[in-house]
Amino acid sequence: MSDLAYNKTERHEDLPPPASEVGVFGWLRHNFFSTWYNSIGTLVVLYLFYLMVPATLDWVLFSAVWDATSNQDCRFEGAGACWGFIDARLNLFWYGFYDIENYWRPSLVGLMLLVFAVPVLFEKIPAKLVGGVTGVFGLGWAVWAFGGLGQVASLNLPVTIGLLAFIGLITAGVFLRSPRSVCAIAIVGVFPWVSVSLLYGPVNVESLQSGLGIAVYAILFLAGGGFGYWSSKRLDALGAFLGYLVAYFVAVIVFLSWGFGLTIQPTNTFGGLMLTLVLATVAIGVSLPLGIILALGRRADNMPAVQMLCIGFIELVRAVPLITILFMAQFMLPLFLPEGVNFDNVVRALVGVSLFASAYMAEVVRGGLQAIPKGQFEAAESLGLNYFLKMRLIVLPQALKIVIPGIVSTFIGLFKDTSLVSIIGLMDLLLIAKSSVTDSKWLGLEHEAYFFIALVYFVFCFGMSRYSIYLEGKLHTGHKR
Amino acid sequence: MKLKTLMAAGAALAFGASVANAATLDDVKAKGYIDCGVTTGLAGFAAPDDQGNWTGFDVDFCRAMSAAVFGDPDKVKYTPTTGKTRFTALQSGEVDVLARNTTWTLSRDVDLGFEFVGVNYYDGQGFMIRKDLGVTSAKQLDGASVCIQTGTTTELNLADFFRANDMSFTPVVVEDSAEARQNYDQGACDVYTTDRSGLAAQRAVLQDPDAHMVLPEIISKEPLGPLVRHGDNQWGDIARWTLNALITAEELGITADNAASMTESNNPEIRRILGSEGDLGGMLGLEADWALNALTAVGNYGEIFDRHIGPNTPIGLDRGLNALYNEGGILYSPPFR
Repeated sequence: MSDLAYNKTERHEDLPPPASEVGVFGWLRHNFFSTWYNSIGTLVVLYLFYLMVPATLDWVLFSAVWDATSNQDCRFEGAGACWGFIDARLNLFWYGFYDIENYWRPSLVGLMLLVFAVPVLFEKIPAKLVGGVTGVFGLGWAVWAFGGLGQVASLNLPVTIGLLAFIGLITAGVFLRSPRSVCAIAIVGVFPWVSVSLLYGPVNVESLQSGLGIAVYAILFLAGGGFGYWSSKRLDALGAFLGYLVAYFVAVIVFLSWGFGLTIQPTNTFGGLMLTLVLATVAIGVSLPLGIILALGRRADNMPAVQMLCIGFIELVRAVPLITILFMAQFMLPLFLPEGVNFDNVVRALVGVSLFASAYMAEVVRGGLQAIPKGQFEAAESLGLNYFLKMRLIVLPQALKIVIPGIVSTFIGLFKDTSLVSIIGLMDLLLIAKSSVTDSKWLGLEHEAYFFIALVYFVFCFGMSRYSIYLEGKLHTGHKR
Repeated sequence: MKLKTLMAAGAALAFGASVANAATLDDVKAKGYIDCGVTTGLAGFAAPDDQGNWTGFDVDFCRAMSAAVFGDPDKVKYTPTTGKTRFTALQSGEVDVLARNTTWTLSRDVDLGFEFVGVNYYDGQGFMIRKDLGVTSAKQLDGASVCIQTGTTTELNLADFFRANDMSFTPVVVEDSAEARQNYDQGACDVYTTDRSGLAAQRAVLQDPDAHMVLPEIISKEPLGPLVRHGDNQWGDIARWTLNALITAEELGITADNAASMTESNNPEIRRILGSEGDLGGMLGLEADWALNALTAVGNYGEIFDRHIGPNTPIGLDRGLNALYNEGGILYSPPFR
């Protein structure tokens, strides 16, 4: 008799899960058809996709006309988007009315912003990578600017030397041991003024025209520098700071009036994406520090005058729409000033947008400050830190970290709000698109123009949003569970 | 007052702004260009071309002035102005002349302190409608739905017209011309109303332009012209007579091509305009060949019209009211004497 064993001794291999639970079907079932109402929702959305996606793709890609010399080339049965129109006017969309032989100037500013900003924004990028990329870009830019457009002929020797020395300094700074701090200092202390010079040209500083003015500036520079040095010897931080600040601003003014000796490119030629970026970058750059100061001022209970000023400013600015502020800057300011004295249009818009953004930023930052427990303030004080050190080392790093989403959405909103300047006649990306379709050659191509600038806005805003997510991930040191 | 002076000095210091004198001509000559306010884009009248150069019917007036003052049509700085910013720009001295499709009205001329130097285009509000509806006159539009842009005088004119004729209409309010065109093209409204020059441009880009027509009625007067600030008569004269020179040149047959040879003409008025006789230029404070330069640069009124908005352009406007007085229109320039 053979041994019949009815008990299975070894473990049966795991059966595969039912076919309906795994793979594509399982995933679909779980995510799209889990209940009857989800199924209906899925089907409705699928139907909407079916209605929209093929038609959109057809219009954008398959039936699009990529090569056109006028709207007549795109006016046949079944024609899709007329991308030849965008292609023909791409320079206008990017640079506005900027002189074509000067396109290298805004391009260089953009390149500099990238080079300075990338190491500051991203911690983990090795200096050598940045340096290498900079080198390649810089070289490419130099070839393009100096060779391709014949710049050597049109630039005089000091300009060329100045620019090359400047690029050399950047590269040296990037290759230094600590590129982040070099870049951070450069982006705050050097980049703004260099950009003004590159984008606009030498600024007319009337007080530097006379010998007396030059003497005053020289004395201020020496006195400021000397006082700063003397104070730093005495370990007087405030005195050193103020002294060096005076010397720094004198140097900045002198530099602005030299401006690499470039030709002046009037601001009414600024336009397109370049103007949008100038407005957005300046407003972002001004609003964050100014907003922090306003937020701190609003919470300064021991200084009622400062507090009232800050509250008054914030509430006043937040109580009116941005377009009102722009109109004020555009219409009221000229009436207050004597006839004939004009602030530059673009400067007026810059001031308006920056102030507006600062008020919002102040409230966002204040939200962060209020989230910091009182114990943190007290702990900082018990360490013997003074007000500035307490804020700089303990409070603000925590507060700003909390409000990153708020700050970035203010930035994104601001970037899009810059399109309001089109109402006061500045040719930003939106107005360039609008006026492009009034060219008799390109009448009636509004859809293409709007689609294109929507895409541009999307790229920038989505980029900012992704960066904010990266930053939150990098800084989540405890408050996130 | 002291504060104002200080602020002005500060502004001039900080932003390199120039302080204008009363005499615009001297100012313009000193800075080397004319600041000309144009639209931010209106088909045929002013729009940037692919290279970013402003072109159009209004732009050519600025170029003519520049040629008259400097002998070079390109010494113009174009300041795009919107319907909201245009008057402040002129009042504050930001622009020297506004050539921007601006309707000449009493309040603008008198109350806002401007001086209209003439009319370079007689426009008026009209209606566009599908031909297959069989409507031949705006008086038959009772009960029609009308596409109309918000916040413009066209809205008020339309209401007035329908009320005066005891008719009713359904407004379909839209934000801009692109939206209006789309609504009209898809049949959301029977009629599309705006200025006739704008209607012509919109009709040109409809899917089937020939299926639509512009009705003959004009329900408002829109004399469009360039304007300058009150108080500087010399500059106003220069603008006015530049415009008149363009119109007179068409009457006398002076064109961009033949202007140089016409200086030897036997017609005394031609000789006076072109500066080979008399001192008309000197009276304006300009060179004797001011009009010759302007005409060589941009041509006469008819040439400018044909180049930018005439029948052979995508805009395709007829001369209509804008023909010379001796050709059925109402364009009439005072004599050059």
